[in-house]
Amino acid sequence: MRRWLISALFLLIAVVFITEACQNQQDITFARYYTNGQALYGKHCQNCHNADGSGLGALIPPLTDTVFLRNNRDNLACIIKHGLEDTITVKGKTFNEKMPANHQLPDMDIAALVTYISNTFGNKQGLYDVAEVGKALQNCK
Amino acid sequence: MKPVSLFFAALLVLAACTSKDKRKLPILGNREPVEKTVDGKTVTDTLYQTIPDFTFLNQDSTLLTQKDFDGKIYVADFFFTSCPSICPIMHRNMLKVYDEFKGNDEVKFLSHTIDFKYDTPSKLKAYANKLGADNPQWQFAWGSRDSVYTIAEKSYLVAVNQDENAPGGYIHQGWFILVDKEKRLRGAYDGTKEDQVKQMIADMHTLLEEYR
Repeated sequence: MRRWLISALFLLIAVVFITEACQNQQDITFARYYTNGQALYGKHCQNCHNADGSGLGALIPPLTDTVFLRNNRDNLACIIKHGLEDTITVKGKTFNEKMPANHQLPDMDIAALVTYISNTFGNKQGLYDVAEVGKALQNCK
Repeated sequence: MKPVSLFFAALLVLAACTSKDKRKLPILGNREPVEKTVDGKTVTDTLYQTIPDFTFLNQDSTLLTQKDFDGKIYVADFFFTSCPSICPIMHRNMLKVYDEFKGNDEVKFLSHTIDFKYDTPSKLKAYANKLGADNPQWQFAWGSRDSVYTIAEKSYLVAVNQDENAPGGYIHQGWFILVDKEKRLRGAYDGTKEDQVKQMIADMHTLLEEYR
């Protein structure tokens, strides 16, 4: 009986591992972008935008406005790379402080950041891959 | 000693720790002994480091002096409005402290800008409003480079400097300095660390108790 239980337990664990491994390629790519993005967010964004993406008063906009993120999907890479001096409306509030540029970030890191931001803080907008960043950066205003 | 008596001894020691004596904050900074003559006898007293008088402009372009802090305990820090590194964290944390003591007329806040070129009083005003510091309890001070940098390093013991290579052009430490009604330094807390800011809030209550 005891032996039977133990083998059943092993079988269960094996099944769990196999299913995990069956995660399709797309999920793995997403997970890779997302995890990198999380670390990069802590390094480059969190000081100002806060760990929970809530920003700071009327100085620094929150990253929780899903509609803003969706409408500016092509613009997000440009904002991260070149900074922002525009007046923008986020969550119904106006923001006009300058955001510093991050010219040093490679496209891969920007893609990871956009993927992280647009899938955290209540957002769920899927993968934003490096090819998309390359295209977006060519059309920056 | 028998285990039982050891136990009671330990209990006594513990009880002594939680005696009714009010906990007091340490007095920080330099100190020197001074000899005074009281009633014909010479006694030695300790002279503590205090914040000297200052003259700055606040966010409303009015004069800000030591008088504005008479009868108050206050928290001082150094920042600049275009700071991309630690200032947003500091002021996010300071805002929590400000909210805790909002309306308490014994408590004030004093943020000095170290960007004397760009952060004019009107810039400070806009910053304060956007931050949510909307009453005169939180003062934002502008002063010449020398006046601010000297008071930072000599009096508040906070290192600040210009550095072209630093993000934003300035380097500074993120200390929150707690000053008592006698203008003495009573605490220094890393304004970027949430647990230390919590400690500061507790210490501010302790400090206020000293004046009850």
